[in-house]
Amino acid sequence: MQLANIQGEKMEIAYYPGCTLKTNAKEFEESTIEAFKKLGIELKELNKWYCCGTVYSLATDNLMYRLAAIRNLIKVKEEGYDKVVTLCSICYNTLKQANLMAQQDEEAMYKINSFMDEEPDYHGEVEVLHPLEILKGMEEKIKENVVKPLNKKYAVYYGCLLLRPKEVAIDEYENPSVMEKLVEMLGGSVVNFPFKNECCGAYNVVSDREAVVERCYRIVGNARKNGADAIVTSCPLCHFNLSEMQKEIKKTDFVGLPIYYFSQLMVEAFGGRKCKEK
Amino acid sequence: MDLLAKVEELSGENLYACYQCGKCSAGCPMVDQMDLLPNQVILYVIRNDESVVEAKTPWICAQCYQCGTRCPRNVDITKIMEALRLIKLRKNIDYLKIGKVKKNLPQIAVVSATRKYTG
Repeated sequence: MQLANIQGEKMEIAYYPGCTLKTNAKEFEESTIEAFKKLGIELKELNKWYCCGTVYSLATDNLMYRLAAIRNLIKVKEEGYDKVVTLCSICYNTLKQANLMAQQDEEAMYKINSFMDEEPDYHGEVEVLHPLEILKGMEEKIKENVVKPLNKKYAVYYGCLLLRPKEVAIDEYENPSVMEKLVEMLGGSVVNFPFKNECCGAYNVVSDREAVVERCYRIVGNARKNGADAIVTSCPLCHFNLSEMQKEIKKTDFVGLPIYYFSQLMVEAFGGRKCKEK
Repeated sequence: MDLLAKVEELSGENLYACYQCGKCSAGCPMVDQMDLLPNQVILYVIRNDESVVEAKTPWICAQCYQCGTRCPRNVDITKIMEALRLIKLRKNIDYLKIGKVKKNLPQIAVVSATRKYTG
């Protein structure tokens, strides 16, 4: 996706935060808003928003769990925007899949629109975007703003929900490169990282914590073996699982790595706050 | 309604399309924690073997879509796992005991887990 019209001039896009960006991932929100400001884009938080419904419901016979996502998209439309940006991978995936349903499944939308009687009808008019999709079209502007080039080696980690199902992928779903290109534009170098699009175990951390500790061991261990100084990610849940669960790894051959959001690297390269060394 | 019909109804997937190549299990990041491989789950359902409903596999699945994305027969196994979870959850049998959830977890993890593991 290219956003040619935002080159140069100031632009405003609606921003949907979701629950975790206001708590655990506060630094993700702050750094993204700051970095985008430098690029001339204002991420304007919606006046009203609700939980996205999380983890898109897959049952064919129950549309109830999709209402929350559709209701948020209606809010975007009502506030006069035609695009909405969201940072959390789970919010992005849920909103984007619900939006696809709104565009493609007339029968489902007839039911949903009839059920949500008080709200205006919705048919998928809003475009759901992830910040990395916007950055794809802004190479020059990004390079212009780099004042303190990064000088480390990074393993770039996408996780699952920005890439799959492939209908909602922000990039090539088996071998994405948008974040690698960003890191290189910021002056950093990128190491080979075969685990980049593998799931971190996600919400299993609540029910089967050990399984996620095991995932973390393999993912972070592989990044280190490949020579990375840090891992860059874009998902608050990946960030939590990789940074917190590595503290619970008991294997003696394991040495951890710091985990950053891509936006924190942008802020650092643009001359703002440096990423914490852990 | 037998198990196969129920799973096909809930998932919208045609399980007979599967030719047991095992690509789903090869790509699954959580497979080392599972008691049945994802391709075995399909086989059990086709055979109407009800023991699959008690397997741990659907609850270890984190809905990452790797299996369905790589399936050469376009079977979205992610949806089949969801169907198997729903068969239990709709009988009011939860996988997650809310009282046992640890503290200091991000909202997104807790909300997602309650959505997927409780009815």
